Amino acid sequence: MTSPADVAPDHDVVDHPGGASLEVRHLRKVYAGRGEPVEAVADLTFEVRPGELVCVVGPSGAGKTTLLRCLAGLLPATSGELALGGSPITGPPPGMAVVLQEYGRSLFPWMSVAQNVELPLKEKGVAKARRAELVAETLAAVGLADVARSYPWQLSGGMQQRVAIARAVAYEPQVLLMDEPFAAVDAQTRFELEDLVRTLWKRLGITVVFVTHDIDEAIYLGERVLVLSARPTVVLEDVEVGLGADRDQLETRGDAEFARLRTHVYELVQQAKQGVRSLADAHLTHPADAPPPPGA
Amino acid sequence: MSTLRRVARSVLLTLGLPVAILTVWWVASAGSTSFYSPPLAEIVGTSRETWFSAPLAESRLAVDVVPSVLRLLAGYAVALVVGVALGVAVGSSRALRAFLEPVLEFFRAIPPPVLVPVLMLFFGIGDTMKIVVIAIGCVWPVLLNTVEGVRGLDPVLRDTARAYRLGRVATLRHLVLRGASPQIVTGARQALSIGIILMVISEMFAAKDGLGFSIVQFQRSFAIPEMWSGVLLLGVVGVLLSLVFRAVTDAVLRWYLGYRQSQHGGA
Repeated sequence: MTSPADVAPDHDVVDHPGGASLEVRHLRKVYAGRGEPVEAVADLTFEVRPGELVCVVGPSGAGKTTLLRCLAGLLPATSGELALGGSPITGPPPGMAVVLQEYGRSLFPWMSVAQNVELPLKEKGVAKARRAELVAETLAAVGLADVARSYPWQLSGGMQQRVAIARAVAYEPQVLLMDEPFAAVDAQTRFELEDLVRTLWKRLGITVVFVTHDIDEAIYLGERVLVLSARPTVVLEDVEVGLGADRDQLETRGDAEFARLRTHVYELVQQAKQGVRSLADAHLTHPADAPPPPGA
Repeated sequence: MSTLRRVARSVLLTLGLPVAILTVWWVASAGSTSFYSPPLAEIVGTSRETWFSAPLAESRLAVDVVPSVLRLLAGYAVALVVGVALGVAVGSSRALRAFLEPVLEFFRAIPPPVLVPVLMLFFGIGDTMKIVVIAIGCVWPVLLNTVEGVRGLDPVLRDTARAYRLGRVATLRHLVLRGASPQIVTGARQALSIGIILMVISEMFAAKDGLGFSIVQFQRSFAIPEMWSGVLLLGVVGVLLSLVFRAVTDAVLRWYLGYRQSQHGGA
């Protein structure tokens, strides 16, 4: 198996239509269960520009998954508007692919790796020859060309998640949603997969929304980080990440700017846990706009 | 070499007990003078002329056994189709489940053999009645297991199918039926044994041919060795059917064994 980082950069995976914008306006979601209705998301408004990679962080139980399921069209919003490329999201929209946290459960265990990647393409009406091409290319891009005929459950967790990523990429989406995709893989695999996501994102020019509870991961991956409050959720801050386009697990994570952002977002999340619901109410010991401490 | 040994071992394990039982029966009954339990040697001896007499097309095998098995297969097939179709519908809809459950529980509680006299009134004593009896008896395990299988489908897989916009047909084919297939097979296995029982019972009330009919006829005419040979033949038919069943389901569920191991093995 080749490491995804070794994949030739000029390897052309898909002729890509590029990314589409995502707009979320006053999203509210209330779960009307058997008992008291639970307000998971209070009022979320943000926009993701075409081709942008945005990470969403927040304390656990902050409604991150709710937000993502609403974006994916899997869950109807209680109120508010969601739009993909200008058209409202009422059900799972075409041009959107999803990678879920539960890699072991999102792949069809009765299909081989290649069949798992191919099934959505079949449904989409992609011609057979082109399907074979896409399956082979995307599996090669995630470094899994040699296990195409295996069943998913014969692979390790990290490899299974790569299959899910290959399936999403082969689908040629304009928007890729990822819900804590690496929460259940080991730390080393996680670094590899993070780089894989950055590599694919840059190559394809698609819009990516990446939900995570890991602050370092959010900053390392994102061009922007949306910090959410605790439930009922609002956006606490929309943090720009000025770390440049090329990121490296060692250098970027050792960067002073990375450390500053990390401290800032960490503090925000801590404040969010204590129930702070707006930036004005937050007591930050390291203000966001402060210059990096000298000597750092 | 070792493959050969493994095959020999599995053959020995599979056939060991049946051979032992037959041997004991053979030896213990060898000197039997009881009219009702004749020596096994006599039972086996009479089997040939009873069931496989020439010409084969007029033998009891063709005239009685084959029609019985065909009725069984027909009723079983109807039960599979109806059970899986209804099971998928009931398993997919909570409302339908709540609506149908009391009625299903009622019908399930009725032992199918008591329906034979009732069905005879509607369908006569011909093939239709017997096929209907077999189908009614077999449908329950298939139906109930399919419902469980469909209800037990992983919601993450359902979300995945929706997110990738799989249509109704593709979802049914690639997700629902495949995902529920382990439970469907369990139901189908139970249904097969019920089907064999009902195949015989449906012929015991009223019939003009059939394996069960023959056995009862032999018993009533005191042809005791022939009756015993019929019982043995019935057992053989059952074993053959379950072998075919195993071969088919092993192919369908090839993924399942490895999947379960990977889940329980604690990856």
